[in-house]
Amino acid sequence: MYSDKVMDHFQNPRNVGEIEDASGVGTVGNAKCGDIMRIYLDIDDNQVIQDVKFKTFGCGAAVATSSMATELVKGKTVFEALKVTNKAVMEALDGLPPVKVHCSLLAEEAIHAALWDYAEKHGITIEGLEKPKSDIHEGEEEESEEY
Amino acid sequence: MGEEKRLIYLDNAATTKTAPEVVEAMLPYFTELYGNPSSVYEFSQKSKEAITRAREIIAGSLGAKTEEIYFTGGGSESDNWALKAAAEAYRGKGNHIITSKIEHHAVLHTGDWLEKQGYEVTYLDVDENGTVKTEELKKAIRPTTILISIMFANNEIGTIQPVKEIGRIAKEHGILFHTDAVQAFGQIPIHVDELNIDMLSSSAHKLNGPKGIGFLYIRKGVKIRSLIHGGAQERKRRAGTENVPGIVGYGAAVERAVRTMEERTSKEKELRDYLIDRVLKEVPYTRLNGHRTNRLPNNTNFSFQFIEGESLLIMLDMEGICGSSGSACTSGSLDPSHVLLAIGLPHEIAHGSLRLTLSEETTKEELDHVVESVKKIVEKLRNMSPLYEDYMRRQ
Repeated sequence: MYSDKVMDHFQNPRNVGEIEDASGVGTVGNAKCGDIMRIYLDIDDNQVIQDVKFKTFGCGAAVATSSMATELVKGKTVFEALKVTNKAVMEALDGLPPVKVHCSLLAEEAIHAALWDYAEKHGITIEGLEKPKSDIHEGEEEESEEY
Repeated sequence: MGEEKRLIYLDNAATTKTAPEVVEAMLPYFTELYGNPSSVYEFSQKSKEAITRAREIIAGSLGAKTEEIYFTGGGSESDNWALKAAAEAYRGKGNHIITSKIEHHAVLHTGDWLEKQGYEVTYLDVDENGTVKTEELKKAIRPTTILISIMFANNEIGTIQPVKEIGRIAKEHGILFHTDAVQAFGQIPIHVDELNIDMLSSSAHKLNGPKGIGFLYIRKGVKIRSLIHGGAQERKRRAGTENVPGIVGYGAAVERAVRTMEERTSKEKELRDYLIDRVLKEVPYTRLNGHRTNRLPNNTNFSFQFIEGESLLIMLDMEGICGSSGSACTSGSLDPSHVLLAIGLPHEIAHGSLRLTLSEETTKEELDHVVESVKKIVEKLRNMSPLYEDYMRRQ
């Protein structure tokens, strides 16, 4: 069901944990749908992401996309990090099953949420960053079943 | 060159291993006695006789008559047939059907379909243990009620339903009573007359028989029409050339299940309770889903707070342990199991469920290994769970 890379990042997730006094923290998703991601960013004065940690409640794909997203933004500037899309996360994981694509969206959203928190805390504006949705499933409708 | 991965199969509610003696009984009906039971020549009579023998064994195990057992393609077909055909046959009497919120999808989705055809369906609530409330059932009965369909025991949480009481209520009101006994048959003694059951669904592969064969017991006198039209098989009620090897295997599986039931289930109950006790004692923030004692002999179902079921299943799989979960990720929808929601679990706790269902081959040593693995994995997943982090912060 999952690629080797997804399995690797699920079994050996990178950057699990918390950051004390993080520059920015973002939590997205909801327990109702079964996945919640939280990203911690440590950003230096040059707006470079020095460290990143995550915590995720969710399926194997949710853990793997969180792990990969943290890898992709680590060492990047906030502007570069903003360009890390769900597609980039998916590609880096050699793809996801169609039903798990929303996990990669959640990972992208979690990074954005953490960047938004950082920007708010520091009174700055990051061009191109919009206020993240609190719930990734907002406006998403479950496909109606056929009988 | 590592050792071959050890397999601990604890998903016997999903399917069971076909017993070697069952396979052996089936084999001649593939390669030697392959005649079509409907043919006239003597060669095919052997196939016909084999079906009759299997039917007798199954009928005998239920206290039913042989002509009341109709072979089908499996449990889902039996459920579909019972509901759709009975609904149609009794339309003149009324259009109301009563079932429960914890039925298998083969019943629930058939109920949804019947609603689209103009029937009215009441889905009864269950209590926190997953037991249908018989008082609610009585209140739900209308003059137009034609069918009550309540499962014998739940497939996810194992709770055994008050079937005798439901059968009594149905009989008092002159309403047909169907029960989906797919999980219960072979694990619990069932007598259709004592329990006033009018129709009963079963599937062979849940009791060490082959896949692709089931039956519907239909009490004599119940007006029920065909679901599959065609030839005159199964007393003209279920067309299609009989699955002779499957039917033979089913008979062998039932004979075996009846013979071993007492010893097998008492062993399973002991191990089941051992597993439940250890998990509840040794894994914090864990609950047992389903009734503590009035449950299937081989069923356990836990919810581990702060973690999600699919992650747990994949990690157990890496240890060679096969289980299942009611999390949304394993159901292919956004919602967790309807059964776990019906017993009142919040979504996040329903997502963290794990069902482990034992077999007669399960050993205490295997369960010890499972408990150790579960402890380790749950701890690992909690350490990466934001829900656990938030909870610990509040402490």
